Amino acid sequence: MATRKTAAKAKPNVSKEELLQYYRDMLLIRRFEEKAGQLYGMGLIGGFCHLYIGQEAVVVGLEAAAKEGDKRVTSYRDHGHMLACGMDPNGVMAELTGREGGYSKGKGGSMHMFSKEKHFYGGHGIVGAQVPIGAGLAFADKYRGNDNVTFTYFGDGAANQGQVYETYNMAELWDLPVVFVIENNQYAMGTSTKRSTKSPSYWERGAAYGIEGEEVDGMDVLAVKAAGEKAVAHCRAGKGPYILEIKTYRYRGHSMSDPAKYRTRDEVQKMREERDCIEQVRQMLLTGKHASEDDLKAVDKEIKDIVNASADFAKESPEPALEELWTDIYADEIPQEAV
Amino acid sequence: MATEILMPALSPTMEEGTLAKWLVKEGDNVSSGDILAEIETDKATMEFEAVDEGTIGKIIVAEGTEGVKVNSPIAVLLEEGEDASAAEEVSSSGSSGAAEEAAKAAEVPAAPKDQSRLEAETDAPKSNASPDWPEGTEMVSQTVREALRDAMAEEMRRDEDVFLMGEEVAEYQGAYKISQGMLDEFGSKRVIDTPITEHGFTGIGVGAAFGGLKPIVEFMTFNFAMQAIDQIINSAAKTLYMSGGQMGCPMVFRGPNGAAARVAAQHSQDYAAWYASVPGLKVVMPYSAADAKGLMKTAIRDPNPVIFLENEILYGKSFDVPKLDDFIVPFGKAKIWREGADVTLVSWGIGMTYALEAAERLAGDGIEAEVIDLRTLRPVDYDTVLASVMKTNRCVLIEEGFPVASFSDHMASVIMQRAFDYLDAPVVTCTGKDVPMPYAANLEKLALVTTDEVVEAVKQVTYK
Repeated sequence: MATRKTAAKAKPNVSKEELLQYYRDMLLIRRFEEKAGQLYGMGLIGGFCHLYIGQEAVVVGLEAAAKEGDKRVTSYRDHGHMLACGMDPNGVMAELTGREGGYSKGKGGSMHMFSKEKHFYGGHGIVGAQVPIGAGLAFADKYRGNDNVTFTYFGDGAANQGQVYETYNMAELWDLPVVFVIENNQYAMGTSTKRSTKSPSYWERGAAYGIEGEEVDGMDVLAVKAAGEKAVAHCRAGKGPYILEIKTYRYRGHSMSDPAKYRTRDEVQKMREERDCIEQVRQMLLTGKHASEDDLKAVDKEIKDIVNASADFAKESPEPALEELWTDIYADEIPQEAV
Repeated sequence: MATEILMPALSPTMEEGTLAKWLVKEGDNVSSGDILAEIETDKATMEFEAVDEGTIGKIIVAEGTEGVKVNSPIAVLLEEGEDASAAEEVSSSGSSGAAEEAAKAAEVPAAPKDQSRLEAETDAPKSNASPDWPEGTEMVSQTVREALRDAMAEEMRRDEDVFLMGEEVAEYQGAYKISQGMLDEFGSKRVIDTPITEHGFTGIGVGAAFGGLKPIVEFMTFNFAMQAIDQIINSAAKTLYMSGGQMGCPMVFRGPNGAAARVAAQHSQDYAAWYASVPGLKVVMPYSAADAKGLMKTAIRDPNPVIFLENEILYGKSFDVPKLDDFIVPFGKAKIWREGADVTLVSWGIGMTYALEAAERLAGDGIEAEVIDLRTLRPVDYDTVLASVMKTNRCVLIEEGFPVASFSDHMASVIMQRAFDYLDAPVVTCTGKDVPMPYAANLEKLALVTTDEVVEAVKQVTYK
């Protein structure tokens, strides 16, 4: 058994097309989330709404390491994951506004969306519950004998949940092809990692179960992709699970009503100015002469149009029909009277 | 085009707030993410960020203003190249489209059509209880234990996607020997021993079901399912609804439920009423071996999560089971074990033991009880119960679980609402006592429902 901390510093050769793709994918998430925040402010989105701004490189880097058939499951901070795996921004935004055109017909909301087609298994509102579910999805693939891998995302908060360790134990015991992705944004709601554990290197906890892993710079999309490729290769080779602890940062509050008094404005501003994942790729594109300012402006415009269109769709899509209250409770028809 | 910046809703319950402080002034250029103002909501003081880039053309609401309604304009943002006159035009043009949209979204819809199960039917309820197998079918005597094993094995032969997981189900042959011989037949890929980690392996089972398999998750007893109840309720039962019908959870959670004998409070609880209250679950609680077999086969084929509540005391009890290649019993169909005109006894699972014993004794006293076994609690066969109550005009319900918020209470309420005019006496429930299960033999006996109590209840409602 060997766990090790890999710097993953050796940057892979990356093409202009790839860099542009990551720029575009990350920007889509950021602009989408900003728009969601705006619609929330207008009262068009209700309840909880957890924005992914700052963490975009995590899902975009890992999606770059995935192949068709791979699965993903995450927590309630899920909009970025859905966009990164190719779900339609219109359907996601319309779910946020609780409309018929949403992925769950308006019945799930921000935290509960799914797409069988894109192998996106939620969107789970209970902290940590998605972790055994992710291992179960991997179990199904192993049972069927294919080489698919499941990306199971959770935060530093969920990383302290008991069910995570029950799952580590069984995932390694049964060699399940699951990549446990700990998105360590340093705050579980308002509680910093320092105030929630004396064992802050979450990936190292896998060693107790014989699971290999490493820490990754989550503000660097190329480092995330490289680590993702390594983890996926490990799983596809039948070697069981792998842990990626991805150090990231969320710029916004935990949810919409979080004044974020548990950290300083300087801390946030410093991350934004010095470590921003999108800005890093933007600079690579510009200094590598892969794109001009005008090229990137055109991308910005294209993304803005997609996001504005999703907001328009989400406002125009009607609320679900009242009959929808009574559908989708059971997968088969049960006589109403007998239920 | 100049746009209005609106007072944002910054919490799920905010309707108005105080514009505590502007962090920008007229003429400032702002870009996405810049903090524009501090706003006091009903919960906290929040920073309000710019979404679009532009120049602050006009500040409409001065800092320090209290009671600013959500969605009212607080400033005007100019696009590149616009001057302040554009700001005047926008702010004098009246209410914004966004505010109208939000108001429209907040309109209270008309109440949906009432599809409540309690809705009075125009037709009188008819008994649903037809025979479960053709007349003349050869019968074999089997224990409930053997019937459950046969049902699982038959379904595993039929469908490769079905597998069994749980503590001691494989090598040990089942803590209660339900899975005896299954490891030999199906191998360790499909009969899987788990560590003692209910929360974790239940979640793995749910994930496998999302992934298209049909897991049977055995709990050594349902008491231990408490550790996993979040996965059962929040993940298994609700996902189909939350996904707008995209993602179901075809699986069975099974194991012994309720009191065994002398195992005290933590190992002796009946969870029937708990699970029966959850939409999205189906809940089965068989009494006989034939029902255990036929209902288990239906449960495994069902595309929904099914809670299958067995009973340790019944495992060794023998019943006649029809010798058929593929015997199934549908959900939502009660079974009439005994017909009678004087009183209706309704029970399920182990409660049937007391109901049937009581009916036998009452017959000796000249009281003919009709005994109905609900067999499944969700869906439940209201009509067979109502038709019987309309005939006998009296009803006693028997249940092992706690009395408060029992399933019997629910059924009594349905009877009251749909057959009130037919009742000649209040519906009486005979349940377990409102105490944790004691260990001492004499106290345990007192805590459980007894045949004597059922007989007594019947005498009460028949005024004998």
